[in-house]
Amino acid sequence: MTPSLAIVLAIGVLFATGVYLLLERSLTRVLIGFILIGNGANLLFLVAGGRAGGAPIVGLTPVGEMSDPLVQAMVLTAIVITLGLTAFVLAMAYRSWQLHGHDEVQDDLEDRRVARIAATNEPAYDDSDAADNTSLDDEASTVRDETSRLGEDDRRHRDGKDHPKDHGTQPGRSGTTSGGDPS
Amino acid sequence: MLLLLVAHLLMALAAPLLVSVLHRRAFWVMALAPASAAAYALAHTPQVMAGDFPTESVAWVPSLGLELAFRLDTLSWFMLLLVGGVGALVLVYCSAYFSRTAAGLRRFGAVLTAFAGTMVGLVTADDLLLLFVFWELTTVFSYLLISHYADRKASRRAAMQAIVVTTAGGLAMLVGLVILGEAAGTYRLSDVVAHPPEGGAVPVAVALLLVGAATKSALIPFHFWLPAAMAAPTPVSAYLHAAAMVKAGVYLVARFAPAYAELPVWQVMVITLGTGTMLLGGYRALRQHDLKLVLAFGTVSQLGLIILLVGLGTRGAALAGLAMIGAHAMFKAALFLVVGIVDAATGTRDLRRLTGVGRRLPVTATAAALATLSMMGFPPFAGYVAKEAALESLVHGAEDGWVDQVVLWAFVVGSVLTVAYSLRFWWGAFASKGPATERGAATDRRTGSGDVEHPVDPGEVERPSVLLVGPPAILALLGLAAALLPHLGEAILGPYAETYPEGEPGHLTLWGGFGLPVVLTLGVYVVGALLFWARERVERFQARAPHVVEADVVYRRTMRRLDEIAADVTAATQRGSLPFYLGAILVVMVIGPGIAGLAGWRGELEVKLWDRPAQMVVVVAIAVATILATRARRRLKAVLLVGAAGYGNAALFLLHGAPDLAMTQVLVETVTLAVMVLVLRRLPPYFSDRPLAVSRYVRLGIGVAVGVVMMGFAIVAPLARTALPVSIDFPSEADEFGGGKNVVNVTLVDIRAWDTVGEISVLLVAATGVASLVFLRRRSGEIPRLRATEDLSTRQPKVWSGTPDPGGALRTRGTGAREGASPAMRPWLRAESTLAPQRRSVIFEVVTRLVFHSMIVFALYLLFSGHNSPGGGFAAGLLVGIALLVRYLAGGRYELGEAAPVHPGLLLGTGLFLSAGVGLLALLAGGEVLQSVILDLHVPVLGEVHLVTSLFFDIGVFLLVIGLVLDILRSLGGELDRQAEITDGDLDTGPESELEALDPTVIGGERP
Repeated sequence: MTPSLAIVLAIGVLFATGVYLLLERSLTRVLIGFILIGNGANLLFLVAGGRAGGAPIVGLTPVGEMSDPLVQAMVLTAIVITLGLTAFVLAMAYRSWQLHGHDEVQDDLEDRRVARIAATNEPAYDDSDAADNTSLDDEASTVRDETSRLGEDDRRHRDGKDHPKDHGTQPGRSGTTSGGDPS
Repeated sequence: MLLLLVAHLLMALAAPLLVSVLHRRAFWVMALAPASAAAYALAHTPQVMAGDFPTESVAWVPSLGLELAFRLDTLSWFMLLLVGGVGALVLVYCSAYFSRTAAGLRRFGAVLTAFAGTMVGLVTADDLLLLFVFWELTTVFSYLLISHYADRKASRRAAMQAIVVTTAGGLAMLVGLVILGEAAGTYRLSDVVAHPPEGGAVPVAVALLLVGAATKSALIPFHFWLPAAMAAPTPVSAYLHAAAMVKAGVYLVARFAPAYAELPVWQVMVITLGTGTMLLGGYRALRQHDLKLVLAFGTVSQLGLIILLVGLGTRGAALAGLAMIGAHAMFKAALFLVVGIVDAATGTRDLRRLTGVGRRLPVTATAAALATLSMMGFPPFAGYVAKEAALESLVHGAEDGWVDQVVLWAFVVGSVLTVAYSLRFWWGAFASKGPATERGAATDRRTGSGDVEHPVDPGEVERPSVLLVGPPAILALLGLAAALLPHLGEAILGPYAETYPEGEPGHLTLWGGFGLPVVLTLGVYVVGALLFWARERVERFQARAPHVVEADVVYRRTMRRLDEIAADVTAATQRGSLPFYLGAILVVMVIGPGIAGLAGWRGELEVKLWDRPAQMVVVVAIAVATILATRARRRLKAVLLVGAAGYGNAALFLLHGAPDLAMTQVLVETVTLAVMVLVLRRLPPYFSDRPLAVSRYVRLGIGVAVGVVMMGFAIVAPLARTALPVSIDFPSEADEFGGGKNVVNVTLVDIRAWDTVGEISVLLVAATGVASLVFLRRRSGEIPRLRATEDLSTRQPKVWSGTPDPGGALRTRGTGAREGASPAMRPWLRAESTLAPQRRSVIFEVVTRLVFHSMIVFALYLLFSGHNSPGGGFAAGLLVGIALLVRYLAGGRYELGEAAPVHPGLLLGTGLFLSAGVGLLALLAGGEVLQSVILDLHVPVLGEVHLVTSLFFDIGVFLLVIGLVLDILRSLGGELDRQAEITDGDLDTGPESELEALDPTVIGGERP
């Protein structure tokens, strides 16, 4: 079961160069890096499966001299899946080029916004419910129930006594934590 | 007791339906659920009084020791009676309280009934963790009930504040419960209390329990959520915030007091929190103008008192505390319901605006008076009996030391405040406040302004229905009735007070004889009345008093600070940079498994140079290609070098003895190369220029480190094998059961067919993703066919026309390449006439024509022979894909459409269906899913046919892979061409331009 240095070396080179490219920002380079890492991983699988041998075909190679067929089956599907992934990332790179004129992975806008807010100690999100400083006790005393006294009288009280701004006049402001949409 | 819970659950589930059918009357039906709880308690009274406590237990999560264990001892019986009784009355009250048109009654009814159920579970649970589950459920339901009017800001804020505070306490309590349970070795509540664990972390656990109780029962410094929770509908305030939920903390203290009341931490916390809360609540109640807020601060004060009594640890105080729980539930729930009546009848709860209501609502006012007297501790009401017992016990205990003296005098001051705010409440709600105020009332109701200056007009006050007045009247009268039978109460509650560790047993009585308690009581009445008489001065004094920092302000600042810390943490860790994340992951991989591997390495190093010498040659080639690829600045160069490395990998596979892998790798590498080149046409030729930065060396360092670690794995992994390979029997199994000689192929389609199904599903998803990224609006566009271009025959062919045409000047009309498309001569490729003349290559067209069919035939051979020799569905599908690729490259997208006039989605779907669906057929034959069957048929012409059903599986894989490649070609090839022709300004309008892609919203990706 001793591994061969040649393949070990290939694994090392493929992983090192793959990682180097993977940490780039250009999607094309990231993709190339991923393909190289994939190739290295396939070789690693093969080595982990055992020594080299004859093709695992009954009748062609004596059973004792066969290379391990299980890892080969796994690697085979991995190769084809890498093709699917390659096509997908390429489509993404193309789309990114279409939208932004380049294929570079940008920093997440929302994360950058959070970092900026943290640096300036602004409130992290715009919570219109907690903004003012009126006492909650006082506010609670303004809430009236929809009681059984004269239906239309209820309405008048509810609408008249409640702060009008509570009635959803600020659509979309309640959940403004997700402000990262560039458009 | 389990049955009670189920009844509540079913009732809660049925509540929305009931409200739809019966409208407000549905609350009568819902009231049956808590009423059944009260009836259950009453029915078990003799059993409980005899000390034969009913228990139930159902295993729930045995591995966690979690049981649905219930036990009805004296305390639980008492709480169950209160929770059930008050709950039923409140639900009946609801049926008249809300208007017919009130919104959200379905949800309200369901949640309130469910809440009643969780209270039943909470007070009867006999398992620490089960107790916690119910505890948190009450928090959640309370949240839903406080925020009943979700469109109002006050309700939302109050609900949020309440759930944050009580959940924080609940989590602290959970920690305490777990510590206790682990220390005791059992989570059975009754066992823990009977044999309380000691020492170690137990004092901490007890302190955490008290924190939980303090948040739930609104003790300082967490009291502020309760007044804010008055934003809830009034019946909710009556039930949750007077009788039931806030009593959960009291229940917890009463439950654990017999075990831990003597711990110093318990004594300090209970006395500080109890007295502090009692005094603060009473003081604040004196300056409120909203009737509900007066009651809310009164509740805070009373909760402090009750916690003090049940937690003090003496038997006398405990008995008084239990009596106080009952008295408080009755009078406070009644008073809240009364406020609801006044509110509904007059339209306000502001005691400055209410006047003369007592004369218009005499029954309500009387019920309120009875309850108020009980709250003041006036004879002969339940509140009086409880307070007298408390005073007796405290006076008795005050001989012991200064702490008990302080407790006694705090109790006295608290009672004075209680008398004052009780009087203020009743006066505020019902008294006539002079003719001057009443005159201004008539104008007020017409203008509808909520101005303080304008009192309500008593003439417009309406008589409430008997369903509204009944429940508070019943509760008030019960407070009187219970006090008239003090010995019964003592007989029932006494046994639980007896379980407390020390002190004389207390007594419940209407007249305990002349002594210091009587003097103190009379003093309390007098001073309290004086305080009420001077109410305006008290209010002014409170307004002028120096403003101490209020707890809710501290809470808000804390929450704000928490947000800031969260933002800081997020900014520090969530950098938003993909390279940073990947780098962090990889560094962790190097440090973690890398160092672990190094630590476990015992110094053996056993490698041979190569299996076969040729390996080294290939490896050197791979190394050179990849290193050059990292340095390449041209995209095309990098891609080609990586392709070369890929072919090198294929050679390594072959040398390793894996011909299937080698073949697949070569085919995949070819398709990959072609696809990359197709896309790179559209991208800039060079990578963007990035300045040489330090980060480059960081990346290099990480890359080398990962490479070294992986080399280490590659050396260690084969040597570390201790078990026989799983695949040791694969060859014989493949031949015998799988009916094939190619073990790898049989592994794919038979032995590990489930894996393959999963993997081809991934391919389907990837293909769909590619198509939808490129086609944007539909999964894929129309198949481009020649038919669509027939009416264009006179126009300039335009596929790939976006490049300069150096030979265009030489071509005259009627000659040149287009001549080849004349009808007299059959074209080499069917769609060649659609190509721009400068992009045509006759040699390529001829070669394509020659090899295409051969490739298809060879692919079919690979497919059918794959079971016994290298090949199979994957390789065959890829080969067909390459054949299609060649057609596309030679003749453009119309040629591709002519070569494969099917939708790729159809191929993908059919393929997956064949693979997975045929596997199910084996079920019909009585086998297992995906089991293959070998059929030996005798066909007349062909002779013996050896058919293995897994062939159909392989055909499915074959079709799916074709679909994948076709999807890629049509998206990244054909569709990109089409978009390029349009954006490059070649605006030859024709049916194929479709103008859809012209739309900037599609090209630019910005949705309107």
